[in-house]
Amino acid sequence: MRYVDEYREPKAAQGLLAAIRDLAAGPLRVMEICGGHTHAIYRSGLDQLLPAEIRFLHGPGCPVCVTPAVRVDQAIALAERGCIVCTYGDMLRVPGSRGSLRQAAARGADVRIVYGSLDAVEIARRESGREVVFLAVGFETTAPANACAILRARALDLRNFSVLGSHVLVPPVLRHLLKAPDTGIDAFIGPGHVSTVVGSEDYRFLPEEYGKPVVITGFEPLDLLEAVLMLLRQKAEGRCEVEVQYRRAVRAEGSPKARAVMEEVYRVQDQEWRGIGPIPRSGLGIREAFHAFDALRRYERDLPVEAEEEDARAYTCGEVIQGVKTPLDCPAFGFGCTPEHPFGPGMVSSEGTCAALYRYRHMDREVMR
Amino acid sequence: MSRADPRLARVIEASHGTGGKMTHDLVEQVFLPAFRNPHLEPLLDGSVLEVGGMRLCLTTDSYVVQPLRFHGGSIGDLAVNGTVNDLLMCGATPVALTAAFILSEGLELGLLRDVVEDMARAARRAGVEIVTGDTKVAGAGDREGLFITTAGLGVVPAGIAWAPGRIRPGDRILLSGSVGDHGASVMASRFGIALDTDIPSDTCALQDAVLAVRDIPGVRCMRDPTRGGLATTLAELSGQSGLTLTAEERRIPVREDVRGLCEVLGLDPLYVANEGRLVAVVAPEDADEALRRLRAVPETREAVLIGEVTRDRPGHANLRTPLGAVRPLDLLPVEQLPRIC
Repeated sequence: MRYVDEYREPKAAQGLLAAIRDLAAGPLRVMEICGGHTHAIYRSGLDQLLPAEIRFLHGPGCPVCVTPAVRVDQAIALAERGCIVCTYGDMLRVPGSRGSLRQAAARGADVRIVYGSLDAVEIARRESGREVVFLAVGFETTAPANACAILRARALDLRNFSVLGSHVLVPPVLRHLLKAPDTGIDAFIGPGHVSTVVGSEDYRFLPEEYGKPVVITGFEPLDLLEAVLMLLRQKAEGRCEVEVQYRRAVRAEGSPKARAVMEEVYRVQDQEWRGIGPIPRSGLGIREAFHAFDALRRYERDLPVEAEEEDARAYTCGEVIQGVKTPLDCPAFGFGCTPEHPFGPGMVSSEGTCAALYRYRHMDREVMR
Repeated sequence: MSRADPRLARVIEASHGTGGKMTHDLVEQVFLPAFRNPHLEPLLDGSVLEVGGMRLCLTTDSYVVQPLRFHGGSIGDLAVNGTVNDLLMCGATPVALTAAFILSEGLELGLLRDVVEDMARAARRAGVEIVTGDTKVAGAGDREGLFITTAGLGVVPAGIAWAPGRIRPGDRILLSGSVGDHGASVMASRFGIALDTDIPSDTCALQDAVLAVRDIPGVRCMRDPTRGGLATTLAELSGQSGLTLTAEERRIPVREDVRGLCEVLGLDPLYVANEGRLVAVVAPEDADEALRRLRAVPETREAVLIGEVTRDRPGHANLRTPLGAVRPLDLLPVEQLPRIC
């Protein structure tokens, strides 16, 4: 049972909140990059408790949200031609331009939820008479595991397994955001899980080139409070640097083993981000040496190459995903665009900004309308 | 190619069966208009009918679970305990059950026999008999293809009229034990290779607990937070009473392993199913006594007070987080799906 730590937590939180109130002089707009952080902020109600000077801007760090619609269309096309399509649960409801994998499954397509990339390899091994496609999306967090699936399939000499990938990288999208003249971002809460893989060095360009401090942060409410305090201290002491709050998991060099696996299987390439558009050298493609396991190559002739038009009602999504607007600025939010019927990327995954706000802050929405 | 209108679900999807908002929409848009009558209208666990001077309670439920057996029980246990508990939650003493089986061609007979024995044992424990039944065979090729529907008949004693309409501001909310055990157990069994846990389902019949507190006048109503979990039950009771059930998150017990599993999968344990828990709303002056009696019964020995009824957001439930913030606790718009990272 969780009583003990839950009783202790409010006390620690009160201490951190008091220290934050003491130090908060002037507005500080903090972008949390990762969808997991957005979710944790709303779930624990942190945004209600912090002083008004501290504002969270929600970043583009939900990999499900930024997966291009065409990838979903391609997965559906493969499922409809008889492949077993395996993917993570939260990809199921994401609408492509012709509905979602969940809807394809309701029409009879064989779509299966997996909890790890190796589960998809195992399905291919067991069902050797069927073609198995693993729809693999994610940031640097999941890329190594998905690369391992390819290495494992090669070791097993599986001929019926391939990966339909959409892997994106955090640093290039941050550079893209900061290119805008007035981003409104004063500081960053760096992604915790991604940094366990890539380490903290990759974010040095934020303070060094753009003058924005970063604190790499864990996912508990107390982690987030401590990170806000660390950012305030940097400001008060005139520092601007990369700091790690999530010390229990993140090392400066990340995980060399995971980086090596990624390097072996993927190469950096230009990438389309849903709601944002193309960003140079912001994604990972499968290297030539593994093209037999690359679904985009294997089924090249059968796949749609671009999505039909993005839902016209999703026009605010790009600005919301980039933290320029909040979901409450969007006329469709909660009115037509809901988790049951998402128009665009922020609402499709439970960790998207719109979905998190919809679920945890219903009250505001009612008040503001 | 024609573009599908995403607002229209033309076919049934998995989210229609999760007890959340889409299930409610389906019931309100398809079943209720066709069957509408005063007994059905409140959409409770069962209906109480006056027959020959007696107050009879009638309820039914279908059981679909994969795998059929999981740690701590099977679909057979659920089919008896679930229906018995629905009768109990209406304040009824269970009298008899029916059982209808839909079997797939290819279902292993040994598996069926095990499940049926589980049902017989669960019925003996709950003190009911299965008095009539039916068997059909449909579909093919599934060695685990088994669906069970049970109906339950019970008698409601004079003076008992539990209903959400009796809930008043200031009432206390009691919960009989940790949440999410059953759902977590089934998920762990389903993905046994990947998730090395040993969480037992909480499936059990709650007759001893209900009989222990039924004569306390301040008991307003009871619910078993099954599909959709504790959060869905609190949201439904708020909607049906027009008041606000406010729970304190730090008072809600969650087993450490259930919490860990839910964290890995990105699920909220408050929305994960239970099959042997109850929520009771009790007048403030009777809450301590109800809690004391529940704790004396093995199935509800870990009963706790989790919150109280207010009127600050009529018709909607609230959760106070451990940090002291308040957030809404609504029906889930769509099913919870395991996340990616």
